[in-house]
Amino acid sequence: MSHAETMLPALPPPPEAQKRYTLSRLLGRALLGVWLAASVGIFLFAVDSWSPEKFAKYGPSFLSGLRVTLTLVAISVVLGGILSLPIAYGRMTKNKVLSWIAYGYVYFFRGTPLIAQLFLVYYGLGSFRPYLEAIGLWSLFKDAWFCALFTFTLNTAAYQAEILRGAIESVPRGQHEGASALGLPKRVAFFKIILPQAMIVALRPYGNEIILMIKGSAVVAIVTVFDLMGETRRAFSRTYDFQMYLWAAVLYLIMVEVLRNLWAWIETRLTRHLKR
Amino acid sequence: MQAAFAALSSIVSWFASMIDPICGPIGIFRLFAQDTLLACGDTGWGDEIAQGFMITVSLAICTLPIGLLLGFFIAVAKQSEEKSLRLAVNIYTTLFRGLPELLTLFIVYYGLQILAQQAMAAVGFEGPVEINAFVAGMIALSFVFSAYCSEVLLSAFKAIPQGQYEAGDALGLHRGKTMRLIILPQLVRIALPGLGNLWMALLKDTALVSIIGLSDILRQTGIAARVTKNAFEFFSIACLLFLILAMLSSLVFSALERWTKRSEAAR
Repeated sequence: MSHAETMLPALPPPPEAQKRYTLSRLLGRALLGVWLAASVGIFLFAVDSWSPEKFAKYGPSFLSGLRVTLTLVAISVVLGGILSLPIAYGRMTKNKVLSWIAYGYVYFFRGTPLIAQLFLVYYGLGSFRPYLEAIGLWSLFKDAWFCALFTFTLNTAAYQAEILRGAIESVPRGQHEGASALGLPKRVAFFKIILPQAMIVALRPYGNEIILMIKGSAVVAIVTVFDLMGETRRAFSRTYDFQMYLWAAVLYLIMVEVLRNLWAWIETRLTRHLKR
Repeated sequence: MQAAFAALSSIVSWFASMIDPICGPIGIFRLFAQDTLLACGDTGWGDEIAQGFMITVSLAICTLPIGLLLGFFIAVAKQSEEKSLRLAVNIYTTLFRGLPELLTLFIVYYGLQILAQQAMAAVGFEGPVEINAFVAGMIALSFVFSAYCSEVLLSAFKAIPQGQYEAGDALGLHRGKTMRLIILPQLVRIALPGLGNLWMALLKDTALVSIIGLSDILRQTGIAARVTKNAFEFFSIACLLFLILAMLSSLVFSALERWTKRSEAAR
């Protein structure tokens, strides 16, 4: 019978396997290099054409543009949310007339570009000036900011109605049946059982809709509202400095990314109870 | 040779004018609006609007294949094991999904102009350089479309089980062949509804190129509105034309969906 007299001496760890230099790695490095070169180039360009007086002159106007964009989006999303309730109701009701009206509304606003809708309101409603003056609304509709708010509200209401409808219809049938088995009235069942579950489904699309509105709101610059895009265009037309567009891009990116991360945080917070 | 080309192009343009749905021999404006502001020819705005309609449609159709192809490769790159590649394409999608389409368009249009100007100055040509608005619009819209498209395709890729790739390996298929024969047909089936939504968004985004001076539907109707002072009517027509495009494309997409699902068992 043989047995080991001595232990084997400890061996040094095996050499780390050489990672193969694959094509995808080469491509990844090259693309990262392109991004790096682009950002360095933009940085150098910004440093090169940097001037404190331009910053002092146009910095505050960029901030005021940012404020205009944010207030416009905030007000229109809230008003659109309120307006979306009857539209979503119309989409789900059994009444043929109501549901066709709601369908037509949603189809129109989702099927045409926001900018065409804005032109229709801002330039088109000018044709009805006498009527609007007669009912005292002309002073509102000659203001570009109000026209933008009006268009955005109608537009986002259509999208939000679809989000709401989709979310409510995504709640399984068994939940309705369970509520009626418990003898709950329809109204209580809707507000206490269906809606809370629907809102969790709707949370992410609502966030996307707000982001889409922030991005879409850039078109108001065309109808002479000085939001972030409008201020950028004005600054560019005065200085011919391409930097202005880059600053606007940075500001828009910050807005969208902050909102996206905030929304992701809210979602994880609100769906804690669904985690397993 | 020159004459042959000229003859060919005149035949093509004659054919295009014959099937023109707006101002052709059986176009809607020609048939129903000949005595109004929408008449085709010198008395009305019908032919101008028809031209804009064609430009909008051709811009969207030219953008689609570039965006799809770019989006496909980005979606493949997003699943790579290589970290640097994933990072690079994630920067791309974050950038173009976060920027407003209008701003992207301006940056591409003016940025290209500045770059071209500098390049021309470097070879000794001084003077104004103009970038074609159609090309700038096509590039900007392809960037945006491909960024969104990659997300749609990525989620479709994730819906295809690993076993399908393994089956391809087991059959001894080359990687490219596995992709072409096994993965792609399923991918198209899964991604088609998402791609349909993106196509609708693309159609609507083409309206933005009117701002950099391309004479699409919105610009032509805008000019007509300014000249005739009938703004409401003309912008309504613009909206109507976009609605018609949306309806046509939803018809096409539902037909496509039926076609891709033809081999599935009826449920």
